[in-house]
Amino acid sequence: MKLPVKMTINGQSHSDEVEPRLLLVHYIRETVGLTGTHVGCDTSQCGACTILVNGQAVKSCTLFAVQADGATITTIEGLAKNGDLHPIQQGFWEKHGLQCGFCTPGMIMTAHQMLERYPKPTEDQIRHQLEGNLCRCTGYHNIVKAIQWASEQMAGKK
Amino acid sequence: MATTERLFGKSIKRREDPRFITGRGQYVDDLKLLGMTYAAFVRSPHAHARIKSIDVAPAKAHPGVIAVFTGKDMTGVNSLPCGWDLRKAKNIPGVVQDLAMVPHMPLTSDVARHVGDPVAVVIADTQAAAIDAAEKVQVAWEPLPSVTATDKATASGAAQVHGDAPANVAFKWALGDAAATDAAFKNAAVTVKKRIVNQRLVANAMEPRACVARFDDATGDLTLWVTSQNPHVHRLLMCAFVLGIPEHKVRVIAPDVGGGFGSKIFLYNEEVVCSWASRQIKRPIRWTSSRREAYMTDAHGRDHVTDAELALSRDGKILGLRVKTTANLGAYLSTFAPAVPTFLYGTLLNGVYGIGAIHVEVTGVFTNTTAVDAYRGAGRPEACYVLERMVDAGASALKMDPAELRKKNFIPKFSGAFQTHVAVVYDSGNYLGAFEKLLGIFDYKKFRTEQEAARKEGRLLGVGFSTYIEACSIAPSKLVGALGAGAGLYESGKVRVHPTGMVSVFTGSHAHGQGHETTFAQLVADELQIPIEQVDIIHGDTGTVPFGMGTYGSRSASVGGTAIHMSLDKVKEKGKKIAAHLLEASPKDIEYVNGSFQVIGVPSKAIPFGAVALTAYVPHNYPEGLEPGLEETSFYDPSNFCFPFGAHACVVEVERETGRVKILRYVAIDDVGNVINPMIVDGMVHGGIAQGVGQALWEGAVYDDNSGQLVTGTMMDYAMPKADMLPNYETERTVTPTPVNPLGIKGAGETGTIAATPAVVNAVVDALSSLGIDHIETMPLTPARVWDLINKKKA
Repeated sequence: MKLPVKMTINGQSHSDEVEPRLLLVHYIRETVGLTGTHVGCDTSQCGACTILVNGQAVKSCTLFAVQADGATITTIEGLAKNGDLHPIQQGFWEKHGLQCGFCTPGMIMTAHQMLERYPKPTEDQIRHQLEGNLCRCTGYHNIVKAIQWASEQMAGKK
Repeated sequence: MATTERLFGKSIKRREDPRFITGRGQYVDDLKLLGMTYAAFVRSPHAHARIKSIDVAPAKAHPGVIAVFTGKDMTGVNSLPCGWDLRKAKNIPGVVQDLAMVPHMPLTSDVARHVGDPVAVVIADTQAAAIDAAEKVQVAWEPLPSVTATDKATASGAAQVHGDAPANVAFKWALGDAAATDAAFKNAAVTVKKRIVNQRLVANAMEPRACVARFDDATGDLTLWVTSQNPHVHRLLMCAFVLGIPEHKVRVIAPDVGGGFGSKIFLYNEEVVCSWASRQIKRPIRWTSSRREAYMTDAHGRDHVTDAELALSRDGKILGLRVKTTANLGAYLSTFAPAVPTFLYGTLLNGVYGIGAIHVEVTGVFTNTTAVDAYRGAGRPEACYVLERMVDAGASALKMDPAELRKKNFIPKFSGAFQTHVAVVYDSGNYLGAFEKLLGIFDYKKFRTEQEAARKEGRLLGVGFSTYIEACSIAPSKLVGALGAGAGLYESGKVRVHPTGMVSVFTGSHAHGQGHETTFAQLVADELQIPIEQVDIIHGDTGTVPFGMGTYGSRSASVGGTAIHMSLDKVKEKGKKIAAHLLEASPKDIEYVNGSFQVIGVPSKAIPFGAVALTAYVPHNYPEGLEPGLEETSFYDPSNFCFPFGAHACVVEVERETGRVKILRYVAIDDVGNVINPMIVDGMVHGGIAQGVGQALWEGAVYDDNSGQLVTGTMMDYAMPKADMLPNYETERTVTPTPVNPLGIKGAGETGTIAATPAVVNAVVDALSSLGIDHIETMPLTPARVWDLINKKKA
């Protein structure tokens, strides 16, 4: 038995019939075809699948697609506007906040909500807020710097 | 001509980043092909069990299932090979007992030897159908007794993992001078003996392993996309050893790969099974590991139990080191496995010290656990950990400052050759230089004053040093061949200059986070004195790259980079001939300056690089006898390993009430030779330190002794380091170029991991020293373990 779902992803409307057990992350990757959102674990630890659901950072492996019916979703592919990188994306590039790039989309989406909550986070706040996102390459040092860089840029623009 | 800025040594931003930060990386699991099918594996739930029968009929009847295969269906398919045969190493000192080359079938049909051992594969139209149907495969198991613990594998009565390996001994190996070491211990004023356990780790690359195999029935070509650090090695092993299919009809592509740390070097069951099965069903097959499967099947790392002894003179000279190690290899011999606890371990036990004599014995053992192979550092972290712990234990026994003891024993600064007692010859080193820089930045004297003051308040502060060495730039083919390697360890680099002067570089060094698309382009732009925008770096595809041994052992810049450097020289040599013809001069009178070939000292008589490139492809006016085109390929085989070194210091505070260890400061001085991109090297050092700290404090793969189950089988159970558990890292460098390669580059990928673990553990032991604790046998130093130690001392 399949159920209808409808959601807006990166400004585009999508309607599909899906199995109720289909996870949102698999819907985004396999059905919609947006593969920037990654799957790094099966226990909701790694955060590589983090997206924005109605503006909230959510691990898309923790929701069924049918639970996101009617939602407005932003994935990593939808963050840059008209070819201009979001300051967080730019920060990761400037500060070498990524190596293999696999955790990066989730890190950036988590940082997005973090900076909404705490526009000028302390280092401790950043590290604490990143608790749900794992990186094996960077030792987090430059991820922290990238988010600090973005915070300064975003404050400057306001 | 415009002079281009020299890029070697500049922290330019990475050229690969734009695709990753916008979600447009192309990892294996992102790939979708027409007619794609999906594989799910049926795995052993037991650590050790005989397969009495397998009933696949219910799975075959499941909607959407295309095929189900067991090991018995895979006729004509051979064992996964172990690429390192110690039996070949008869001519060098070392091997005392042959290696048991046990079979490792892609799908086991008689006995499962570890939890997760695959026994069948289900292929279906959707991933969900494949997973559902895999649960319907009925295996009648006869559970057998199992053994998982390293120090119990050879005990009498232990379960036997393989019939052909009596007492579970895979090999026995020794290196060094036993008699000289015995004599050193006889003459020693002080001797120290410690048991040192280097626990089992899981690499945990964030991208799980995956593969897509597509057999084209019309052409007979097989394409395999796979998460590989070395696609050519995957192709060679799979074609020549396992499937017996023609190598030239197989293309292996490793696109963007989300980290490896060693775990993606090896040929694994799943990619072999999917490649074989795609030929059977004539459709593409995708398999992506779940994280649970990754814990059960990605090669694990470390897992040594060592008894080490150090002999010292009263004034602190290290006279002798005796090491006896049992190395757990798991249930099967993975691709590099026998080399890791032998030639990558024993040969590093000389460290940075002038030790009187060394003898090391290693017993490799089989257990009912996941195979153990190279994990970041591979043998070298284990060696460094033993030595750096023993140096601190020696200092403690002598009541000598650990910094003083190190200074007394460093090998003096040298360049060219230092012969160790454990076979290898170091290339260049200034060990005291790195250590003094560390002590200066760290302000050691001040710390000891603060530590004393803190102790009076009841606080436990400690500092730990690690003055490490590592062998990288792996490796001279002749040497590794003598040591049992089945392959050469050179690298290839092809430079293709297009008619427009654009340059494509094909390298066998795969990048999965290392940033080769940037660093190699820096090298090329510098050498050709052209804008970096004109240079593209291509890797990870056997269809385009001539050949390659891949990326591991910190070999890319030093070995792969040198191969590119050699091809650039050839391009310039050919360019000189073309330019000389156009300028009506002799090639020996042409120099390459500012991106132009010019008559030496005459800038007015010059032809730009692009014009020479065009002439090479439109050879209307061209030297007699010279072939058109401008494309050169080189293979570089290093003459020696390179030996990076450095000095790390870690400051910790141990919370008395909870046993929790907090890192207050981490300072790293690394000497990796010349550095192409300092930002990238710093990043690798950061990540390496994090993994080393992870081993010291939190990580560990744990098997239940009785059931043989992997207790740490998910990311909920295996303690991956998180952002709020780690400090900022202070990184600095000294620069001692290697004389081994023309770039002077040693290698930087593993230094942090090697150095950090002993630095942290030494710091914790130092913090607890005021309680009378001078050693901790087993990592990780979790709060529970440290609290227990503190409380046992109180009682």
